Amino acid sequence: MEMPKPDPQVMAKKPQLVKRLQEVLPTDAVIHEEAETRAYECDALTAYRCPPLCAVLPSSTVEVAAVLRICHDMGVPVVPRGSGTSLAGGALPTADSVILGVARMNAVLETDYENRFIRVQTGRTNLSVTGAVEQDDFFYAPDPSSQLACAIAGNIAMNSGGAHCLKYGVTTNNLLGVTLVTMDGTVLEIGGAHLDAGGLDLLGVICGSEGQLGVVTEATLRILHKPEGARPVLMGFDSNEVAGQCVSDIIKAGVLPVAIEFMDRPCIRATEAFAGAGYPDCEALLIVEVEGSDAEIKEQLDLILEIARSHNPVELRESTSAEESAKIWLGRKSAFGAMGQINDYMCLDGTIPVSQLPYVLRRIGEMSQEYGLGVGNVFHAGDGNMHPLILFNANKPGDLERCEAFGADILRLCVEVGGCLTGEHGVGIEKRDLMVDQFAPEDMDIQMAVKDVFDPKWLLNPAKVFPLEVSRLRRAG
Amino acid sequence: MRPETEAELAAMVAGANGPLRVQGGGTRTIGAPVTGQVLDMSGLSGVVLHEPGALTLVAQAGTPVAEVEAVLADEGQRLPFEPMDHRALLGTVGTPTLGGMVAANVSGPRRVQGGACRDFLLGVRFIDGAGRVLKNGGRVMKNVTGYDLVKLMAGSWGTLGVLTEVSFKVLAIPQAEATLVARGRSDADGVAALSAALGSPFDVSGAAHLGDGAAGAARTQVRIEGLAGSVAYRVAQLQARLPGFDVVEGAESAALWQEVRDVLPFAGVPGAVWRLSVKPSDGPVLSAALKAQGLDHKAIFDWGGGLIWLLVDAAGDAGAALIRGQMATLGGHATLIRGNEALRRAVPVFQPEPAPLAALSVGLRAKFDPRGILNPGLMG
Ligand SMILES: Cc1cc2nc3c(=O)[nH]c(=O)nc-3n(C[C@H](O)[C@H](O)[C@H](O)COP(=O)(O)OP(=O)(O)OC[C@H]3O[C@@H](n4cnc5c(N)ncnc54)[C@H](O)[C@@H]3O)c2cc1C
Repeated sequence: MEMPKPDPQVMAKKPQLVKRLQEVLPTDAVIHEEAETRAYECDALTAYRCPPLCAVLPSSTVEVAAVLRICHDMGVPVVPRGSGTSLAGGALPTADSVILGVARMNAVLETDYENRFIRVQTGRTNLSVTGAVEQDDFFYAPDPSSQLACAIAGNIAMNSGGAHCLKYGVTTNNLLGVTLVTMDGTVLEIGGAHLDAGGLDLLGVICGSEGQLGVVTEATLRILHKPEGARPVLMGFDSNEVAGQCVSDIIKAGVLPVAIEFMDRPCIRATEAFAGAGYPDCEALLIVEVEGSDAEIKEQLDLILEIARSHNPVELRESTSAEESAKIWLGRKSAFGAMGQINDYMCLDGTIPVSQLPYVLRRIGEMSQEYGLGVGNVFHAGDGNMHPLILFNANKPGDLERCEAFGADILRLCVEVGGCLTGEHGVGIEKRDLMVDQFAPEDMDIQMAVKDVFDPKWLLNPAKVFPLEVSRLRRAG
Repeated sequence: MRPETEAELAAMVAGANGPLRVQGGGTRTIGAPVTGQVLDMSGLSGVVLHEPGALTLVAQAGTPVAEVEAVLADEGQRLPFEPMDHRALLGTVGTPTLGGMVAANVSGPRRVQGGACRDFLLGVRFIDGAGRVLKNGGRVMKNVTGYDLVKLMAGSWGTLGVLTEVSFKVLAIPQAEATLVARGRSDADGVAALSAALGSPFDVSGAAHLGDGAAGAARTQVRIEGLAGSVAYRVAQLQARLPGFDVVEGAESAALWQEVRDVLPFAGVPGAVWRLSVKPSDGPVLSAALKAQGLDHKAIFDWGGGLIWLLVDAAGDAGAALIRGQMATLGGHATLIRGNEALRRAVPVFQPEPAPLAALSVGLRAKFDPRGILNPGLMG
């Protein structure tokens, strides 16, 4: 993956930069020793690393604005960072950049049950947002699997999803407002406790802009009352086609499960060996979860089970207790870990129309043979968001490159059948060079024009999302 | 001008040498009046794809909303955000189109539960002011590839581009619906009941209060939708928590919501109509404050109190200064939805933005429409 050459002029300004940053931040909030900047050299896409020029950890919007003004003034690129769990290299530094981490900004600013929102500083982790309201039976719905670690900042930047977004939507559908600091240090309040925009929907375009338009320091999030209960059912099928058809039939039927998760045979076998959840050895497995009171759950599951039975499942397992429910989820939740036991893996995130599921899974199987690399599929089937996990050996020369080529082919296939490169992880650097497969040059130009407006000098996270060649002229100017 | 293909439209926009007034069905006469040649979008019509098993629908922007709703209903599905039909309120005729609905981000009572038009919009194709054919988003339900210009296009009132094709996530029409209704509550009590319902685990899909005199005696209503057994259960649970609420079902329930969705109580009644979005509990506070300041009005509170339809005397500035003054203290936004051309010229129709935000909006318009020919001035 190519990154822009660090600008020697910027590198040379380091002492002066550090001095100016120390004037506006406490000493321990400016990290500039080489041994310490290493802590920020990568995110969860660990194949790519580069320590930044320095890292700053401001504690307030005012401090963030002060930092940005200095960097803007000195022409230093800034890479915003939440918890560094991006799988797309979104928070990867360049050697001439400042990492602006919001991890110290984790306060709850306001909780309002009457109006069903919470306002937080964006360094707060996803799970601890729910943690702040769960004693009153409320929760924040978007639930990325990384929720223990990832910050609301990164969730907003990537428009993250989760297992339950089939019913509750992704981050953008649950975000009411932000405080945004643009690269020149201007502080903007966008949205708030009310719904929808009065003018152009700037909030909508900020969410998912991967830290390229501004630094989000505070957020107003929609919270909901917890459902009375939830229960999963597990179904096994002897072909991906039949499982795919069953998914379609369920979502068509007018029951709206909160989650429909899919695992294929390689993944089922790996998780069985790892977690022993007692999954049937079959071609495809679905976990469907519904919510409500006991009676409501039964009403929905009756309908779902009737649909499932019409597809001749090899296994249908209803949960009758909290323990059984946990056991059904156990394998799914350990799937990534299980695959990681076998080998290194790369997790893809393309989305496809649900109807293309069987075809795409078959093609991935064929490509796996051609590339000689194993692949397991575990994903959110209700909305077509796939997560193929490609296994490779990082210590074997050439394996990573082969894995990346295989991954790129899978993503191109997703686009070809009417889908997209990424459903929830973002483009970052990982899918940057594949953007040309999904977008025509004008389609990228109009997106970059938005960045021109928010960040005319292209200093914020500039080497991400758009292929370097495509953004070259803008970055230079 | 009435293009029949996307390419024809692109050529027309590229070749235009003056302002264009983009028109779907011409039923939503909202915004500052635009002088310009009419660009009639009705020729770009038709459903392109409907995949019930994937909950997706793609159609050309000039397709009548009614046609789409009929296609969906055949498969037991609908547009989940319950788009308002503005004709009765605005006294317009014509056929509402998908493009107009998206351009105005039109969302009805169910917005409070499931989301707005912008939340269900998966993809757009559009022509920018330079005549370029552009696309963003797609037809799949989860997509974070590149910037989300889909949301930006929704609610941009044709000032950033002319929509040619739109894709939606659709949902099944639930088996049953029921509404809990109470009468005679004060605005504060009514909205408090809505808040209690929305803060419950019972997945309320509509929460409105029609203030005294808006449609006879004050009326507070809460909607539940879903499988029949589940609806019955949740209605009973809510009734236990909200004393004094009666229950209506089926068509009778639906009629109550159509009245709110289309703001029917203000249709044909003289006066200007404002649409305000505020923090829900601020709804009654704001209405009381305006009355105290001498702005006589009738109010319908939707979205749990957060969406307020205000009927005011159209004389003078139709309350603009007082309303905008309240917005400045409370936060939120106010749009003049119904007012004659003179009024819409005299007062800003859309909520004026603080300078740094306004600068971003101006900057975006200059990029999307460098010659300033698409509905110029409509949003102010
Ligand atoms: C094991 C694992 C499981 C995962 N599961 C999911 C999942 O289920 N669903 C899902 O969607 N994702 C998932 N992810 C991906 C990742 O957790 C999300 O993308 C998450 O939102 C990143 O948050 P973060 O705080 O770690 O952001 P970071 O990694 O620090 O940054 C991510 C992006 O956000 C930008 N950014 C950070 N802070 C700000 C700010 N204050 N202002 C503006 N931009 C900012 C960065 O520049 C970068 O581009 C998973 C990751 C891992 C490692």
